[in-house]
Amino acid sequence: MVFKWLKKIRVFISLAFFLAISYLSIDYASTFSSSLTNSILYFQFLPSWIKFMNLMSFMATGYLVVLILTLLFGRVYCSFLCPLGTLQDLFHFISNRSGKRKSRKFSGPNNWVRYLFLTAPILLFVAGNILLLNLLDPYSNFSRILSNLVRPLYYGINNVVVDILEKWDIYAIKPVELKSVSLYAIGYSVFMLGLVAWMAFQRGRLFCNTVCPAGTFLGIISRLSLFRIRLDESLCNSCGICGNSCKSDCIDTLTKKVDFSRCVGCLNCLYVCPEGGVKFGLTQYKASPAPAKPEFNHQRRHFLKYSAFIPAVIAFLSKRSYSEGLNNGKIPVEKEYPVTPPGSVSIRHFINNCTACHLCVSACPTRVLQPAFLQYGLAGILQPTMDYNISFCNFECTVCSEICPTGAIKPIDLTVKKVTQLGIAKFIKENCVVYIDETDCGACSEHCPTKAVVMVYYKDKITIPEVTEEICIGCGACEYACPTDPKSIYVDGNIFHKQAEKPTEKSIGDTIQPADDFPF
Amino acid sequence: MKRRDFIRKTAGATIASTTALVFGNLNILFALPQSGPENGPFDMVAIMNGEPDVMFDMAIESLGGMEAFVKEGQTVVVKPNIGWDVIPERAANTNPQLVKRIIEHCYNAGASEVYVFDNTCDEWANCYKNSAIEPIAKEAGAKVVPGNLEKYYRPVEIPDGVTLKSAKVHELILDSDVFINVPVLKDHMATDLTIAMKNLMGVIWDRRWWHKNNLHQCIADFTTYCKPDLNVIDAYRVMMENGPRGVSEKDVVTFKTQIISSDIVAADAAAAKVFGTDPEDITYITQAAGMGVGTYQLDTLNINRIKL
Repeated sequence: MVFKWLKKIRVFISLAFFLAISYLSIDYASTFSSSLTNSILYFQFLPSWIKFMNLMSFMATGYLVVLILTLLFGRVYCSFLCPLGTLQDLFHFISNRSGKRKSRKFSGPNNWVRYLFLTAPILLFVAGNILLLNLLDPYSNFSRILSNLVRPLYYGINNVVVDILEKWDIYAIKPVELKSVSLYAIGYSVFMLGLVAWMAFQRGRLFCNTVCPAGTFLGIISRLSLFRIRLDESLCNSCGICGNSCKSDCIDTLTKKVDFSRCVGCLNCLYVCPEGGVKFGLTQYKASPAPAKPEFNHQRRHFLKYSAFIPAVIAFLSKRSYSEGLNNGKIPVEKEYPVTPPGSVSIRHFINNCTACHLCVSACPTRVLQPAFLQYGLAGILQPTMDYNISFCNFECTVCSEICPTGAIKPIDLTVKKVTQLGIAKFIKENCVVYIDETDCGACSEHCPTKAVVMVYYKDKITIPEVTEEICIGCGACEYACPTDPKSIYVDGNIFHKQAEKPTEKSIGDTIQPADDFPF
Repeated sequence: MKRRDFIRKTAGATIASTTALVFGNLNILFALPQSGPENGPFDMVAIMNGEPDVMFDMAIESLGGMEAFVKEGQTVVVKPNIGWDVIPERAANTNPQLVKRIIEHCYNAGASEVYVFDNTCDEWANCYKNSAIEPIAKEAGAKVVPGNLEKYYRPVEIPDGVTLKSAKVHELILDSDVFINVPVLKDHMATDLTIAMKNLMGVIWDRRWWHKNNLHQCIADFTTYCKPDLNVIDAYRVMMENGPRGVSEKDVVTFKTQIISSDIVAADAAAAKVFGTDPEDITYITQAAGMGVGTYQLDTLNINRIKL
């Protein structure tokens, strides 16, 4: 039967995306090329939209494709492409198999909830605050769950295998370090996973029709869809089998109506009907329901009432924009501004466009990218920042900019990256080993890739660091390497990334010729 | 074992043929006054004007061959400088050709296993790969082992240390029968030069503590505990400025020189002179000499000087 095949194709496609995105979110070895990574993430609705606004590039048109698909077939995105949707299907599948599931039937839409969860993040986003979108976006939540909860397990298993192989003197697999965990990111991921799992166990795709802003948005679009699920009133005998198979509880078998705005396009209902009464075909406009209207108006009134809170929420969050979290305190290593990764243009650009999916956190080979807590202020919670206590930015690397799904980190050429100043190294002489103990150290200068930090004469044979700010790129190598506590050298972020001057290159070979005999 | 035998045999054949080539065609060895093991035993070999592998072939030959250092069935750890994620032309890491040839000599002398590692400064996997040392060492049959995790390091006491009383040392250094230290001669902003003694900072875990607690003294102290069986100093390409990481290839001058000695202080002193620095100006060299680790008085040593 053709519908059964349709469902199998849906399961296949959704699992393919689910597995590919899952692996991307925990991979540490850049297994996939960045173009393949971008292709896998091409359809992710919200990131693609934000990326398109940032880059206007062809590779960011995935959201348009999703919109067209929705206009044609409804919310097939939710069942074919969204990894969080597939995760819910897995929970739902387990719940079905465990036999604990109650039989399902139609339930009305939670309109004020879903429209609040749609409009509040959008209004906040327009007002320049992406926090709610970050907290609700399905792809970002999925990726975050993988990155923060599954990745540590993955590393652990990897390292156990490494340990076992090393006992046999085999060094084929490389050990991998987590270096740091963010409790806030773990906490929110646990909460979101719990919420999604609980909702999926109880009510299938309830999350997609209440909490998920992408689902609700596509639901509005799907009101215009060309092809839709409907019940053939002449064939339907209101047996309820299709309603029981519906993960969205959106088939009302009594009135023989389908609330297509909540249909996630899983196609399960199509083949279960013994009478063949569930149709997927061109919209018959004359059948579009009028009776739902009064109720909807009522809901709308509710919604308007609650939406009055939105400006208050905006005001609350905006007040704590990133500049709030900064101070000019006396503690030496109190950074005035956090550092954002190369390609992110400015702190403002970054925090306005990053959905905190933590893909870059997983992919960063040095682990310098870590979820922020309040470095960007409350609005930027969970968005990655360059944590120079953990590591530093590899001079030869642009991985994060190549894979960022939203364009918060824009693609940047390696040659440009090498002169992009993320921040400026600041030396605090009073903390330095050379000043305090009068012994050589030089760890900062040793690690500096541009020699913006050099050792200059201090006294006797001893040298002390000196920073040439113009050629500093703010990679944090000096801060990471500095052995003192508190640090004697640290990078203060640039609000806008600047172009650093190229280090002066003088050809030493012109002045020094190797001797033609041994000097001893 | 087949693969290893193959590697051993091909390595042996290559070494034999290059040596024959040099001996046969150039006849250089016979032309030099102190050129064979017959004038030995030598405390040090200094050789110049050859390719890294050819120079090593001849230098180790004049010290009695690798058999003098590696016995049948022994395990060997070769510790190059792989500190930085840069290409070989930048000369921030040890020359990969040299590393390869040392590994081949070890297997040829009957080593049961040769290991290569470094505790790198830049991200380790990229350092291993982009230095070209990992691929070439594997090609030569060595096991390339990570040095980036604390689990590989075991604490040891350093009884003769002045400042450094203990350190966590990589297990390969502690467990292998033979330790061959293969540094690259470089400029160093903090310690003037980094050569063989400074290269040992890549076998310990907590470098920050050394930096914080009189770096020169720690470097010297550690040599009282950790004595490589052989130090092979790569001065083929030498970073003269902006060390130890360097900024570009313009920092590099080609010296085509190699220095081999079991005396780590003497080896550093000779390399310093090649660089143009007086060894007495380098604090850790004089400190180590003062602690009896070795000597920087090169005129007291029997040095085989080979110019190709």
